[in-house]
Amino acid sequence: MSEIASLPTGSRQRQGSNIGQPMTRREGVLKVTGQATYAADNNPEGLLYAVVATATIARGRVTHLDVEAAKAHPGVVEVLTPQNRPPLALDPDAKLHGFMFRLDLLQNDGVRYAGQPIALVVARTLEAANEGAALLAPQYEVEAPRVDLDGENFVPEVVGPGAPARAETGDFDAEYAGSAKTLEATYETPPQYHNAMEPHSIVAAWDGDRLSIDMPTQGMAMAIDRVAGLFGIPAENIHIRSPFLGGGFGSKGMPAGPQMLGIIAAKHVGAPVKLVLSRQQMYGPVGHRGQTRQTLRLGMSDDGRLTAIEHHTLASTSRFDDFVEPASNASHTLYAAPGIRTTHEGARIDIGTPMFMRAPGEASGSAALEGAIDEAAFAARMDPLDFRLLNYAEVEPISGKPFSSKALRECYAKGAERFGWAKRPLEPRSMRDAEGRLVGWGVGTAMFPAIMFQAAARAVIRADGSGLMETGAHDMGQGAWTALHQIAADGLGLSMDETEFRAGSSDLPDAGIAGGSGHTATAGMALHRAGEDVIAKLTELAVNDENSPLYGAGNVGVVARNGRLVRQDDESRGEPYAAILQRAGLAEIEGKGQGVPDAGPREKYAMDAHGAVFAEVTVDPDLGQIRVTRLIGAFAAGRVINPRMVESQYYGGMIWGISFALHEEAVHDKRSGRIMNANLAEYRVPVNADVPSLETILVHEDDPYVNALGIKGVGEIGVTGTVGAIAGAIWHATGVRVRRFPINVADLLEGAAAR
Amino acid sequence: MNLFEYVRPSSIAEAVAAAGEPGSAYLGAGTNLLDLMKGGVTRPSRLVDLTHLPDLNGIETLPDGSARIGALVKNSALAHDPDFAKRFPVVAEALLAGASAQLRNAATVGGNLMQRTRCSYFNDPASACNKREPGTGCDALGGENRSHAVLGWSDHCIAVHPSDFCVPLAALGAIVEIAGAGGQREVPLTDFHRLPGDTPDRETVLEAGEMIVAVRLPADAAAFADHQRYLKVRERTSYAFALASAAAALKIENGTIVEARLALGGVATKPWRAKAAEALLAGAAPGKQVFEKAAEAAFAEARPSGDNGYKIELGKRVVARVLAMAAAGTPDRMPALPASPFAPIPEGVVNV
Ligand SMILES: Cc1cc2nc3c(=O)[nH]c(=O)nc-3n(C[C@H](O)[C@H](O)[C@H](O)COP(=O)(O)OP(=O)(O)OC[C@H]3O[C@@H](n4cnc5c(N)ncnc54)[C@H](O)[C@@H]3O)c2cc1C
Ligand code: SF4
Repeated sequence: MSEIASLPTGSRQRQGSNIGQPMTRREGVLKVTGQATYAADNNPEGLLYAVVATATIARGRVTHLDVEAAKAHPGVVEVLTPQNRPPLALDPDAKLHGFMFRLDLLQNDGVRYAGQPIALVVARTLEAANEGAALLAPQYEVEAPRVDLDGENFVPEVVGPGAPARAETGDFDAEYAGSAKTLEATYETPPQYHNAMEPHSIVAAWDGDRLSIDMPTQGMAMAIDRVAGLFGIPAENIHIRSPFLGGGFGSKGMPAGPQMLGIIAAKHVGAPVKLVLSRQQMYGPVGHRGQTRQTLRLGMSDDGRLTAIEHHTLASTSRFDDFVEPASNASHTLYAAPGIRTTHEGARIDIGTPMFMRAPGEASGSAALEGAIDEAAFAARMDPLDFRLLNYAEVEPISGKPFSSKALRECYAKGAERFGWAKRPLEPRSMRDAEGRLVGWGVGTAMFPAIMFQAAARAVIRADGSGLMETGAHDMGQGAWTALHQIAADGLGLSMDETEFRAGSSDLPDAGIAGGSGHTATAGMALHRAGEDVIAKLTELAVNDENSPLYGAGNVGVVARNGRLVRQDDESRGEPYAAILQRAGLAEIEGKGQGVPDAGPREKYAMDAHGAVFAEVTVDPDLGQIRVTRLIGAFAAGRVINPRMVESQYYGGMIWGISFALHEEAVHDKRSGRIMNANLAEYRVPVNADVPSLETILVHEDDPYVNALGIKGVGEIGVTGTVGAIAGAIWHATGVRVRRFPINVADLLEGAAAR
Repeated sequence: MNLFEYVRPSSIAEAVAAAGEPGSAYLGAGTNLLDLMKGGVTRPSRLVDLTHLPDLNGIETLPDGSARIGALVKNSALAHDPDFAKRFPVVAEALLAGASAQLRNAATVGGNLMQRTRCSYFNDPASACNKREPGTGCDALGGENRSHAVLGWSDHCIAVHPSDFCVPLAALGAIVEIAGAGGQREVPLTDFHRLPGDTPDRETVLEAGEMIVAVRLPADAAAFADHQRYLKVRERTSYAFALASAAAALKIENGTIVEARLALGGVATKPWRAKAAEALLAGAAPGKQVFEKAAEAAFAEARPSGDNGYKIELGKRVVARVLAMAAAGTPDRMPALPASPFAPIPEGVVNV
């Protein structure tokens, strides 16, 4: 069943070339009128409410829970603790592959981070469940936690979900030693939390060993796998509906522990259960971006040519699982140098496991790399854009592979032009606004790999000539369903209104994961191939049917146009789909398609999207308050399916960059390990007044290798480059180099005093 | 949330009687109180909802020229009252620099005066906090205290009073009208909030059951209308509490400051009137030097209570700047970013 109402596309309707049109979101009206049903909006008959109780210590064990008091509270139905939690088919601490993360499902009384679920209260009302959770009044045996990077470290085998922790080309040590100029700089990035607008939630209902789930997820098939494994039921017994997500940013890629607890509770009490995390509870068990300390060592010749780049990252992971932010890998692709080395270290600390968060690795890595590059440019007495152009990578530095396409020069040029970069003075502290505030300009290079996963799609053409396309795609709000619907319609040679598009449900073909900026490319290619397949089958019917005007046209070729098959050599000769099917006596005809990365080209080429971000900041010279007064990003990311959606991804990414540079930081109390600002008043993200002017430029780029549709990805790249551009602009405005994010008022006051 | 009783009185007398019960709390718009209840920070057993009381919603000018603001007037209604904003522009500017439009549309005058600190240990029931639970200790000491107070703190509590509104009220000599079981009384705003001392749980002079019915700005405060400004430094352009703020009001005649009013926000445990600085300014010609001297005087007693030494230097700069802004004159129109360093700056006011 389709969960999205297909709204008429109106005047934007195009025949045959929906791709490239700035369609508005197909489900936009539902959302703004409150008719879009998010997971927690579901209220099946007999619903009970579950609330997790979370640990207030970061390390130790729970010695007592006042289960009696909680149970005695009116409305409380059941309290689940490690004592009575029903058995699972798979140990939540089992790790069978890199994408499987250890979960806290009440397997024992241990506490390994603050905010870890330690019990679950199920009640007839949310209020009763909340009060029941409060009444548990846990007592602990406390051990001193560690929540920062100062201490013992280890060298991980892999970083991210499974990338090598170390890479090298040339001889960094020799190159660095022989460099005319060298520079070493250490940058720090704090722990950051996804804070999707919609909290993690689930409504779970069992019927025997069949399980029905409403849950926001970026990866339905992976979620099914995880649930099937944990509960020991066949995958086909599980149905997940995830029609709308209020953002995910990576935190909904894997099912979170508390969501699994919702399923456990539903099973245990024998009724449908709803569990929704509070904002505060989203700081712990749903992943985050781990803190990093990154040291860059750059060597260069007298004329500013980079000779050596070393990027070393120390990143946090949890005590019990592995995810080391692959930040150093940002230095693999951007700047050419004969000697490059990237290494990683991890620190095991008492936090929830860090995970994928919008541009995992790239965001933090780019922040440090772009900062160091900015420093190197000034050390070489060069304009930071000229410095980047001088060190432009013509082939991917770490691998030596050519790029499948790379319109970065055009991005630099167009962005610089629009920004007026040519007027930038080299010296810091040399621009003021009319009222005397300091003004600075900075630039950063944006980059994100063009990743593809695997997806499947089904295409149908019906006897009335209309089409149907299905893939279990996920729309986190990015507009995937609109873009995919455009691809689907073009794949069938129909208008969007003639093409029904279904997504967001696990009973549809697996669309892979909405992550890695690869969803449009992957699910899009599946749709494209499914369209080709069904059109080929229809063609087969027509060219072999004596009564068809296309009879025998197999040799010259047949194409699909506006609901008709026509001869390639004479498009006036052809017939509607409906006629072909009706003559054949078929109610419908079906095709299938897969979206997979093409191994051949991927062996040969490096595939990345690129961009250039230009920032202007204004700083009060006395007071140190900072504002990003202009931000312009020019991006080249292959073919643009829907410029409106793409622009909005770039906007969102760049605003995220402002957030990274100036705002976001989870502050731990070092003694207790608790996060002291686990709410949206004190965990800062930018507000409208922080984003006065934002522009994007979509730079044309044809990529013949990345996939048949020429799509790269746009969801994450905007974060990269932006942070460095802002940090560089702050230095240019003030002369103060801050190497710790977020950059704040005290940094500038203290920096100015030290200058 | 725990079960609590909800009372909706129809008169001040009823309200005061209802709130006399131990464990009672007055409910204004609830933008602060309900959050604290949901977080388990406060657990009142009875809420006395003031929002349906008659006659507490007015902004009037009394015969003597003073302005009387009912306790239920919304923050935004007050800021946008043209007559009020003309006479007391610094109050309007401070109000509009607080919270967000949505919150200001809801928040009441009484609730704003009574809002609790944003100290994150106060807001976290698992932390030790003398203000929340007397005698348990203060986890902010030696903890995350970059935003805590440098003035007025004690070894028992270093939390900042977060209100913007109260800062110009302190500067302008506002009076708080209080109703209680024993009748009505009045207290100057500067005496309304208490220093933490060794009883940080007792934040104001309100006795059990007493409520704020109005805030009055004396007629003489309007004499500063031509030269008054609020300035607030924060970590984002809007929607953030002050790291340091100040309200300045000057009476300037023939190029001389006849009288000065100055109060600080974001740096002290209560809305902080800076009388020593005021005295220094009286009789002086406006100018950078005297403003810097005043700033020094305002922070003469300041001491870091943790990792917040930067606030002393920042606070001084805020004071010097806001005095210069006030001297330059109240702007004809409220800036689009009220109280922000990014609002238009009068010429010659930026220092370095
Ligand atoms: C995210 C966020 C950001 C904010 N930012 C700022 C900011 O930048 N600057 C700023 O100044 N404020 C800020 N605030 C605080 C806001 O101003 C207060 O929450 C608001 O003023 C409280 O008013 P209320 O009517 O909602 O009070 P309530 O929440 O209803 O009550 C607050 C307290 O006052 C008591 N009370 C209420 N009315 C009376 C009365 N008449 N007599 C006696 N006691 C009474 C209540 O019992 C309670 O203890 C922010 C708040 C939030 C949530
Ligand atoms: S500073 Fe005050 S409010 Fe904060 S923890 Fe200490 S006693 Fe409590």
